[in-house]
Amino acid sequence: MSGSNELTAAQRADLRTVAAMIVPESAEYRVPGADDPAVQADMLATLGRDTAPVAQALDLLAKLAGKPLAELDDAKRDAVAEQFRASGGAAAATLVRVVLQCYYRDDRVLRSLGLELRAPFPKGHVLQDGDWSLLDPVRARGGTLRRAT
Amino acid sequence: MKNDPVDVLIIGAGASGAAVAWSLADTKMHILCLDQGGWMNPAEYPSTGRDWEAKFFGEWSSSPNVRKRPEDYPINDDNSPIKVVNYNAVGGSTVMYTAHWPRLHPSDFKVKTLDGVADDWPIDYDALTPFFEENDRMMGTSGLSGDPLSPLSHPPMPPQPLGLSGPLIGKAMNKLGWHWWPSDTTVATMDYEGRARCINLGHCTPACAQGAKASTDITYWPHAIRAGVEVKTHCRVREILTNDEGMATGVVYYDKDGVEQFQPAEVVIVACNGVGTPRLLLNSVSGKFPNGLANSSGLVGKNLMFHPYAQIYGYVAEPTDSNRAPPTCLWSKEWYDTDLSRGFVRGYGVQFVRGAGPVFEAVVSEQKGILPWGKDHHRVFRKLNGHRLGFSAICEDLPEEHNRVTLDPVLKDGHGIPAPRIDYTISENSRKMMDHALARGREVLEAAGATDLCVNSPIPWGGWHLLGTARMGTDPERSVVNEWGRSHDVKNLFIVDGSIFVTSGGVNPTSTIQALALYIADQMKQRLANLFD
Repeated sequence: MSGSNELTAAQRADLRTVAAMIVPESAEYRVPGADDPAVQADMLATLGRDTAPVAQALDLLAKLAGKPLAELDDAKRDAVAEQFRASGGAAAATLVRVVLQCYYRDDRVLRSLGLELRAPFPKGHVLQDGDWSLLDPVRARGGTLRRAT
Repeated sequence: MKNDPVDVLIIGAGASGAAVAWSLADTKMHILCLDQGGWMNPAEYPSTGRDWEAKFFGEWSSSPNVRKRPEDYPINDDNSPIKVVNYNAVGGSTVMYTAHWPRLHPSDFKVKTLDGVADDWPIDYDALTPFFEENDRMMGTSGLSGDPLSPLSHPPMPPQPLGLSGPLIGKAMNKLGWHWWPSDTTVATMDYEGRARCINLGHCTPACAQGAKASTDITYWPHAIRAGVEVKTHCRVREILTNDEGMATGVVYYDKDGVEQFQPAEVVIVACNGVGTPRLLLNSVSGKFPNGLANSSGLVGKNLMFHPYAQIYGYVAEPTDSNRAPPTCLWSKEWYDTDLSRGFVRGYGVQFVRGAGPVFEAVVSEQKGILPWGKDHHRVFRKLNGHRLGFSAICEDLPEEHNRVTLDPVLKDGHGIPAPRIDYTISENSRKMMDHALARGREVLEAAGATDLCVNSPIPWGGWHLLGTARMGTDPERSVVNEWGRSHDVKNLFIVDGSIFVTSGGVNPTSTIQALALYIADQMKQRLANLFD
């Protein structure tokens, strides 16, 4: 049902599966996978203008898999993913981008990365002034501007 | 519907339109500016929300074809490896730019004399010097005076901090014995003329919620409006009309309700950028001007110059500034001037990039194939995120008539006005320049200890600089406007945007565009008694 404003149940299921293939859960880094219900809910709630290309990408995935992605064994799923990335074009890129942009704003993920859970404004960030003596060699070399005489 | 006539009508409220409006305001003429966009609301800027990075892929994309706001017009750039990016609002593309603020060099105005290519400008750098200085005060620049390889400037504010990324780049450049210097920028590093100082929101390009980055909606326009200039928003101009004497009489535009209006004017000034200006002129066809207005030379729309960007970036072990600082902070002019031993003529400026935010890093690195799917994703992402350093060369694009803007025969905007079509190829000279830049960038990044180097050459969505499509000159057969911006063909029609550039130089052009607009306004003021002679 490419082009609709909402994804079908089958498309949502495949989205969950492919999201976990892109970013799986990690005990080592204490982060959820991109199939986490909160991350998935964020994706579905904010799909907006990306709905049509994401649906198109999911249709392609379904076609390549022949059945729900979750029902394929790991090897077959990896093969489908490889085909999907090679042939999916802009729609596949949009799907991957949607997964990543929602995953990398999840509180648990940002915390794991040591990032603050906030918008940049209004607090901003503090920058070190840096060592301005690094410019001394540039000043010492000097130079002239080229001009027509 | 017909409106009361005005003395001066300016089309476009961006970088050049704002500057020329402000300068002409002291004449006390009745000045009206029409813009297809509206006033921006900083409370809605991306950096105010947690989804700040995602917005850059959608409604805050730099591409009008992706953004698709009602204020945008579509651009057919299928036949160009470099896609046009812009912003349509009061402030124009100064709302959405990196605020990097180099000037063209003196040598850029004399490329034919110096290097035997393209054409010399009809004016020189010295003619613009006072206007560069005036513009720097109005826009509010920060920087460090004394760069030995750049034109002398006097930024009223100190430079941005070097942060974490600056010293890594500086040390690498010093190791190689190459020039680098803190960039002049229009990011306020202290409170300035009602603007709050930069607090390093980081995501500067798609508009600054702090108001530290200069855009003309918060610099020139408040002054111009206080001085009596009127701005009408959401008004898209379709064509410029002329009378039997070949003088412009005014413009036809669609107002915010989509109603067609006629605005009479004694003087018309076009400030729509290097794509919007030829589009408007080519769409202003009449019996007297069958090939478009001001186009007796046939050069309207031709000689489009973009600045192909050759970008290389990599990842160092040390943390970089990532998204916690303005994206650009340093430049290099090491390869700016011609050295024929390099295999090409002219040269390029370099802007160094401090880093990227996490979403951008993940999305782009996945696309580049360096961030895998699956169980290794987390380890690799932690190696990449917050460790990026970039080197972007802005390659001088020489004018070539086959690089051009025309009217698309099919594609139209929301008002039925033909969209611009871009036909553009990167020249052999530019290709060699880009390859040279990538090789130097690789050396710099490796000297900084970077690995996993990635290349964008050209940056596909890098058509920020829209130049050359209504060039200035003294010969009416080889130029569209004269040496002070007046159309050779239509004596009360002026052009003040980047389309009048004769050559492109190898730097971001906005500073020079605005200095030119102020220069033209000054020339007009000096000739008010015989402006149409």
